[in-house]
Amino acid sequence: MKVREVIEKLELEVITATHPGKEVRGGYSGDLLSNVMAKAGKGDLWLTIQGHQNVVAVALLTGVAAVIIVENLEVEKEAIQKAEEKGVNLLRSKLSAYQLGGRLYQMGIR
Amino acid sequence: MKEKYILEKRIEKGDFNKGGEASSKLKDLLRKLGVDSAVIRKTAIVTYELEMNIIIHSEGGWIRAAISREGIQIFAADDGPGIADLEKAFQPGYSTASDQVREMGFGAGLGLVNIKNYSDELKVDTKTGVGTKIRAIIHLV
Ligand SMILES: Nc1ncnc2c1ncn2[C@@H]1O[C@H](COP(=O)(O)OP(=O)(O)OP(=O)(O)O)[C@@H](O)[C@H]1O
Ligand SMILES: [Mg+2]
Repeated sequence: MKVREVIEKLELEVITATHPGKEVRGGYSGDLLSNVMAKAGKGDLWLTIQGHQNVVAVALLTGVAAVIIVENLEVEKEAIQKAEEKGVNLLRSKLSAYQLGGRLYQMGIR
Repeated sequence: MKEKYILEKRIEKGDFNKGGEASSKLKDLLRKLGVDSAVIRKTAIVTYELEMNIIIHSEGGWIRAAISREGIQIFAADDGPGIADLEKAFQPGYSTASDQVREMGFGAGLGLVNIKNYSDELKVDTKTGVGTKIRAIIHLV
């Protein structure tokens, strides 16, 4: 499944989507960056409450397919700028990480 | 023989803006060199944690990297304050990070654990009041 399809199916808000054609392989949810660094893998959807620019750095390093900021939390201007610049897909959902993770799992993203 | 660095980058204290730049740059370099992706992933994790620790916990320092027959070598050197209790620092969950830094998702006390887990060789030299020097090697498979 592509990032584009996930956006449509879950009605995610697109903050930046420079690479909507990226393939989604799995998912990871977490807000402690050292944990995410070790556990998130290439092609994952990363669900987090963190909306600052260090998230973009971690997304880039782990190679996740997209970052999804949950619970409609605020995303910092610098994070958006950096995501655009570095080509990181930055999405947002009003659902909680728990709810969103459940939906993604149901869609077959495991 | 003097090391020839493929990366040499000054890291400033508190410079969260640039957090991850050294590791991203190294990752790109290694990708261009055709290094195995598992090796790149390990290198990225180790370099990122070293880099963030300099930004968060030190007075500033340097990240350097070199490739040799042994593998990818990453050097972190900072201007202090040093790590008073190394054994404690390597314990999962131990962190002296401020609340402000924790709010951004740092301070889980897992950075050094990651560095240890994802490097094949690790050497730490630290002196209170002087600084910390860490050398990590990731073997090429
Ligand atoms: N370069 C350094 N200079 C001085 N102290 C350091 C340095 N690196 C680590 N430390 C000390 O060791 C502790 C543990 O480091 P570690 O990277 O494991 O966790 P952390 O940085 O606090 O949190 P995390 O890495 O999970 O965001 C730090 O809280 C700090 O007290
Ligand atoms: Mg750390």
